[in-house]
Amino acid sequence: MNTVAAPASAAKAITAHELTRRFGSFVAVDRITFDVTAGEVFGFLGANGAGKTTAIRMLTGLLSPSGGEATVAGFDIRTQTEQVRAHIGYMSQRFSLYDDLTVRENIRLYGGIYGLDDAAIKQRGDEILQELRFTPSDKAMVASLPLGWKQKLAFSVALVHRPAVVFLDEPTGGVDPITRRQFWELIYAAAERGTTVFVTTHYLDEAEYCDRLSIMVDGRIGALGTPSELKQQFGATSLDDVFVQLARAPGAQGAA
Amino acid sequence: MSAVSVQNVVKRYGSVLALNDVSFDVAPGELFGLVGPDGAGKTTLFRVLTTLLVPDSGSASVLGLDVVRDLWDIRTRVGYMPGRFALYADLSVEENLSFFASVFGTTIKEGYDIIAPIYSQIEPFKHRRAGALSGGMKQKLALSCALVHRPELLLLDEPTTGVDAVSRREFWDLLGTLRASGLTIIASTPYMDEAARCDRIALMQDGALLALDTPAAVGKRFPRPLFAVASPERSALLQALRAYPHAASVYPFGASAHFSDQRAQLDTDTLMRELTTYLQAQHLSGITVTPIEAGIEDTFIELMSTPSAAPATSRVAA
Repeated sequence: MNTVAAPASAAKAITAHELTRRFGSFVAVDRITFDVTAGEVFGFLGANGAGKTTAIRMLTGLLSPSGGEATVAGFDIRTQTEQVRAHIGYMSQRFSLYDDLTVRENIRLYGGIYGLDDAAIKQRGDEILQELRFTPSDKAMVASLPLGWKQKLAFSVALVHRPAVVFLDEPTGGVDPITRRQFWELIYAAAERGTTVFVTTHYLDEAEYCDRLSIMVDGRIGALGTPSELKQQFGATSLDDVFVQLARAPGAQGAA
Repeated sequence: MSAVSVQNVVKRYGSVLALNDVSFDVAPGELFGLVGPDGAGKTTLFRVLTTLLVPDSGSASVLGLDVVRDLWDIRTRVGYMPGRFALYADLSVEENLSFFASVFGTTIKEGYDIIAPIYSQIEPFKHRRAGALSGGMKQKLALSCALVHRPELLLLDEPTTGVDAVSRREFWDLLGTLRASGLTIIASTPYMDEAARCDRIALMQDGALLALDTPAAVGKRFPRPLFAVASPERSALLQALRAYPHAASVYPFGASAHFSDQRAQLDTDTLMRELTTYLQAQHLSGITVTPIEAGIEDTFIELMSTPSAAPATSRVAA
């Protein structure tokens, strides 16, 4: 079950304390502090240029911070980047599978990259296809799959090594409304198995599916809470209104 | 006369039926939305209307001109903003705009009043390379380039994809301003919140039109009473709703689930009471059941799930 307000003793999948990244004189991420509880679906929002991508690059071990600390899956992102990378999954904006490999070959490739042995790869492959109720052949080239299947498969493959945390960057772009909902049910199922889901989106109705959200504004965390808490706090009827109020606040760079 | 008229247009790419007997009209001054996921046929339709693709069968006219016979006239009178950023990254903002103006035999100065509400926002950066602009600024430049020759019809293919919520809202505000000046606009989007800002929308799926109406009327097409049902136990709630013998549709919608009952003839209070009793018997905690009006997305899902609702046209075997 997803709990919205987790007890303080619950395991933390991500912790960030005063996490900062500068590029020259520009402060892209400015002392952000937040925690994500294990099994939570956490939405990470912000306008273009607010610092989301820089923050995610630090949390996934691709960029070292200029200051502050963070842990992901219990590992320090400064000193234990290899362990961090081994314990996370990542699904990019568009699509991260190889078009000219078959479904099974993609699973085998990613399983191998994450160090699973042949038996484990076979077993995880069977589990993935079963959970998705995958109807196309597993010998089908990924290029031949409808977009909806590709997206759902990419998500499951990002979980092939059962990572503690999975990062999803705009996971449902361009898919039809039914596939989008199937995708969110896959996310919920993963969260209920204990995987922490860290998701970015520009679409505020998508953010309504998250347990908690943070909204970045000019490198800082401008707001953090459950969707209903944020609406209440800003006296807004929709998250879209919350977002616009925050992004247009004095000091916010705006979206010229 | 219609600004755009599409009659039984069919377009195939090999075995893929990209447009399947599509017909609709757009009135002058209308803000018309093509709504559907990737692969629905939106871009193919734009390519037909901009004379870049010839339909396999059927016909289409733009501003009274035939898309096959009168292509050169059409090209000077429409503005088109393709889905991908199609400006010159190595030219400055001003050079791009100047180039597009010159292609159409005009100048920035002559078109300035029409582009002013948009271009004035990026003009302070007119010497910056287009490739170095933010997403929102690129989008405003692309719109300025599509408008500088004073087109009578503006065609926008997913103009806000990848753009943040603030820029998206500003962009749709701008389209409202342009529409108020009398311009006819056709814009495509995969997102239902944007569809709600159009005068009329066509819902598209797999090359076919599922529905064509005002956004409010599309919502009203949903055939049964609809409820938003919430519980902190999200997956258990969805499972329980699907196991309910009278369930007609169950889909997660943000923090709640949208549920409709097969027994559309029963009144809302009875349906609500019976559903609540059932869910309580399933030991779900914190249940709320609220009657709601169906939206565009509810109807879209409904039409996608009932193939008979799609136009009865011949399907090509793949």
